[in-house]
Amino acid sequence: MSSAQAVTVANFEAEVLQSTTPVLVDFWAEWCGPCRAVGPIVDEIASEYAGKIKVVKLNTDEEAAIAMKYGIMSIPTLNVFVGGQVVKTIVGAKPKPALLKELSEYL
Amino acid sequence: MSEIHNVVIVGSGPAGYTAAVYAARAQLNPIVYEGSITAGGALMNTTEVENFPGFPEGVMGPDLMDAMRKQAEKFGAKLITDDIVEMKLDGEIKVLTDGSGNTMKAKAVILATGSAYKEIGLTNEKRLSGRGVSWCATCDGFFFREKVVAIVGGGDSAMEEANFLTRFASKVVLIHRRDSLRASKIMADRAMANPKIEFLWNTEVIDVLGADQMTGLKLKNTVDGTESEQDFDGLFVAIGHVPRSELIVGQIDLDAEGYVKVQGRSSKTNLTGVFACGDLVDHTYRQAITAAGTGCEAALDAERFLSGH
Ligand SMILES: Cc1cc2nc3c(=O)[nH]c(=O)nc-3n(C[C@H](O)[C@H](O)[C@H](O)COP(=O)(O)OP(=O)(O)OC[C@H]3O[C@@H](n4cnc5c(N)ncnc54)[C@H](O)[C@@H]3O)c2cc1C
Repeated sequence: MSSAQAVTVANFEAEVLQSTTPVLVDFWAEWCGPCRAVGPIVDEIASEYAGKIKVVKLNTDEEAAIAMKYGIMSIPTLNVFVGGQVVKTIVGAKPKPALLKELSEYL
Repeated sequence: MSEIHNVVIVGSGPAGYTAAVYAARAQLNPIVYEGSITAGGALMNTTEVENFPGFPEGVMGPDLMDAMRKQAEKFGAKLITDDIVEMKLDGEIKVLTDGSGNTMKAKAVILATGSAYKEIGLTNEKRLSGRGVSWCATCDGFFFREKVVAIVGGGDSAMEEANFLTRFASKVVLIHRRDSLRASKIMADRAMANPKIEFLWNTEVIDVLGADQMTGLKLKNTVDGTESEQDFDGLFVAIGHVPRSELIVGQIDLDAEGYVKVQGRSSKTNLTGVFACGDLVDHTYRQAITAAGTGCEAALDAERFLSGH
């Protein structure tokens, strides 16, 4: 149902940096196999934890400037933002139980 | 009482899907655990596969795996996109537990879990992973546009990745421990002919430098032992793979490097009803077609075992 919404340079500030709930940003790209594998898991987290954590996706191909700003050099990278700051970085595709464990303090 | 299946296949690379095609056509109603994030196996992270017979123009790795998946599904294999996290393989009925906590019982199990990337084993390699250090050129090469990157390795996948990286990087330096490559001649020649690739022979990476982001490497000459530092924006590690046998250590006979031992020209392990195939058993060939070949053997061995049951 409510899967992760896409963010762009136009709404990154409002949706991510100004958000009052923690935000999980999935940095991904079309051509990245592990990103495609982790995408559905991120969508599941988005709907299962709606209200607790906001989950969005950022296409690093189309939004290269934001990816560069946050020093993304490997995808998938999942960053958690709280109060406009990156508080957690998870690099690489991980199975759902492992992701949930890493994210537990924000869920 | 939960249902007892004929055969559960663990893994969805060329070995697992081929085993699934054969087992499904043999009416064994196989269950395939594909893995939650690694479904499709090693070829999902590569581009063109040029040496899989039947594709004279080459085929993209993910497309090939998608086709194998469809073929397995068409004959009725049941595909589950989850990981197996625990296996009890010694009894007559094998019990497998998946990442969602479900258990699966089966008379036969085919292990096709392939291999995982090998790490150099440096503390800073792990720390700077995603900060310049990468194991996947097709995933991360894009972030190194006009940058200078190093790649360690000497086999076909190192050559392939080095060539791929030249699409983005301004220079790719291939660092190799010896003075000759293990790679096939066609792949080595292609890398040597690429003007953007430089070779650093007889050299080992002994440290990855950088605070928040990788800035360079500490290198050691393997002949005279001299150490030096060199600036790099990225490091791609392509030094091979280790068999993914961690779930079955202690249950099944493995060799010193962790590969599953099979009996003679078969896929039989030391446990009755447990078969293994693909890169999990293969030191030597490690190709998609050989993995598919042994996947076929495992399904035929399992079929024979089940019919004698
Ligand atoms: C970059 C690169 C390029 C390559 N290019 C070529 C090429 O051009 N031609 C060629 O012939 N070969 C190539 N290879 C080699 C080829 O990919 C492998 O030999 C082949 O994929 C091995 O197949 P496999 O089925 O044994 O294992 P893999 O393909 O590694 O698949 C293993 C499977 O097991 C699953 N798995 C693992 N653990 C679990 C678990 N606990 N639960 C559930 N599932 C699990 C994974 O999800 C995966 O589906 C390349 C390899 C790499 C890395």
